[in-house]
Amino acid sequence: MAEQKEVRIHVPVLTRVEGEGALDLRVRDGTLDGLALRIFEPPRLFEKFLEGREYREVLDIVARICGICPVAYQMSAVHAIEAAFDVQPGEWVRALRRVLYCGEWIESHALHIHLLAAPDFLGAENVIELAARYPDEVRRGLRLQDLGNRIIRLLGGRSVHPVGVCAGGFFRAPTPLEVTALLAELRAALPDAEALVAWTASLELPASDQFFLSVVLQHPDEYPMNEGRLVSSDGLEIAIEDYGGHFQELHVPHSTALHSLHFPSGTGAEQIGQPYLVGPLARLNLNWDRLPPAVQDVVTRSGVQFPNRNMFHSIVARAVEIHYALLEAVRILEEYRLPESPAVAVTPRAGVGYGCTEAPRGVLWHRYAFDDNGGVVEATIVPPTSQNQARIEQDLRLALEAYGLGRPDEELRRFSETVIRNYDPCISCATHFLRLHVHRG
Amino acid sequence: MKPRIAVHKFASCDGCQLAFLNAGEALLQLSELVEITHFAEAGPLDPDGQVDLAFVEGSVTTSEDAERIKRIRDNSRFLITIGACATAGGLQALRNTADAGDWIASVYASPEYIKSLATSTTIAHHVKVDLELWGCPVSGRQVLAALRALLFGVPPVEENDKVCMECKRRQTVCVMVARGVPCMGPVTRTGCGAICPHFGRECYACFGPAETINDISLGRWFEGLGLAPDAIVRRFRFINNDAPEFRDAAERIAQSQRPGSRGSAGH
Repeated sequence: MAEQKEVRIHVPVLTRVEGEGALDLRVRDGTLDGLALRIFEPPRLFEKFLEGREYREVLDIVARICGICPVAYQMSAVHAIEAAFDVQPGEWVRALRRVLYCGEWIESHALHIHLLAAPDFLGAENVIELAARYPDEVRRGLRLQDLGNRIIRLLGGRSVHPVGVCAGGFFRAPTPLEVTALLAELRAALPDAEALVAWTASLELPASDQFFLSVVLQHPDEYPMNEGRLVSSDGLEIAIEDYGGHFQELHVPHSTALHSLHFPSGTGAEQIGQPYLVGPLARLNLNWDRLPPAVQDVVTRSGVQFPNRNMFHSIVARAVEIHYALLEAVRILEEYRLPESPAVAVTPRAGVGYGCTEAPRGVLWHRYAFDDNGGVVEATIVPPTSQNQARIEQDLRLALEAYGLGRPDEELRRFSETVIRNYDPCISCATHFLRLHVHRG
Repeated sequence: MKPRIAVHKFASCDGCQLAFLNAGEALLQLSELVEITHFAEAGPLDPDGQVDLAFVEGSVTTSEDAERIKRIRDNSRFLITIGACATAGGLQALRNTADAGDWIASVYASPEYIKSLATSTTIAHHVKVDLELWGCPVSGRQVLAALRALLFGVPPVEENDKVCMECKRRQTVCVMVARGVPCMGPVTRTGCGAICPHFGRECYACFGPAETINDISLGRWFEGLGLAPDAIVRRFRFINNDAPEFRDAAERIAQSQRPGSRGSAGH
């Protein structure tokens, strides 16, 4: 390992990890002796920037953590702010925030399926090559991605770092004319979304059957986005405020994206933490019964079943969530009416607020402490990719052993990249230039 | 032979690369006009290849990156920065006025694992930059228009009007004059489409300083609207905090509230 520069551990404070990644494997006598997924996006220190800022500035700051899922950061933050100040924005705001999140799920999932993941399963190097061979499928995907972006623009002005959300609601309500125009296009795209589910289900995905622990938000009767309790596949059910008692972020030397582990019996000194999965497959596995029949039927016809233990079916789960998000946006926008005001008044006060929402990549947990004037005293943000990182390493160990460690380095590299990219980590970009170091002893 | 282009990433949120990745059909057309030799997030990988045009996202925050940008410059005929991080150091340049070592220690349990420079600096701080595209994020239209102009061999049109001009063109009612909302539009470069005032809220200067700004006058306006000096400082020390015009303005206002200077009522 010595020549592999352990010193290259530069990593993101905030576990913002779509930067560089590398994988180190050590194989001894045909078995896997060491494995480390290295992530080294330079630290950007967001939690510190937030200190001393007024609550109104928080949403524009946290958006900058991720260009691909800024809405998720704004949603977790705005719910934390409103919880701290005891603000109830009401049904109109609640529904429209759901629409906004639908836009981001569609945009982010469509980008991942078509630009990042599908080339792995169809033997292409990238989306340009894929488009030459599957022009209709790629164009359908880009159209869906664009529709997701347009939903975000309706409520946020632009799709990257949108500007529409404020504590208490929105800065602006869209006009009925704008809503009607977009609604027609969303309805027209429903067949595209259904076809996408069938297409992803028809891909020749690698076989995989692993036990993994899933952690998701669960709402009494809705598919989860902005609200709910944290539940796990092994029976945990807690309020979002209790997250810290059951999950802990650990700092490991080979990656400064902090690793999160689940502690089923609490985070005492004697306890052993377990890796866990967040994101679309976990969500779908634990919330299948919250999906409307129209979505379930399309899945059933596709031949894929949920709950599902094949991690590679994450691409199908993403397609199913695109279909759901499109239907959900249509359902809400069909009942759209102009509100008297798009936001309720907010009076800051000292206190602590928690926000936990389902980002496209999974559970995104925020905690803020405010002073009397609504100034941030302390901020803690736990993004999905840091929660998945231990699980990715666990999957890699099992998947590589099943795949065969005796295979040539190039095949191991490709397979490892496919396994990692399947999680849609914010390092999917980096895994395109995964540097694989195999040490054979 | 088609022109070769590369897209490089430094410390950033990846949002400016989405100018390409969100372009849809235009991304496929672009691949017919140029050869994309390096763009890690989209797939092509050749970080050290010779190119005609290099787009650079992100700021320099590590010693490796300070070396990497020099290699990219050597390999590129024309180098374009995209976005606030590459052009002005980004939000993360806030560390330049703080003790980054302390910050890292407070975020990481084991700060000895982290290697990072104390500063976040612009690409132009390290190498010659041929064209700067401002914005957090840059828009797809802005990037593709610049690329299209360069492919035609003409200089790209630079938008350095103030956001106020864009509000007038859109016939957006001024949020500051009509409602007393402290708006950074008078000192901010347009290019965003003046979306914030259109949404009824203040501009927060994500496109950076416009030409020949009068920050002193705007600071007085903000004071008149009841903003405390530290709140005014924070408006300049935001997304483009290390752009020289904003850095100087913030420093000047911060000076004026130190002991011995006139205070403010606050709110």
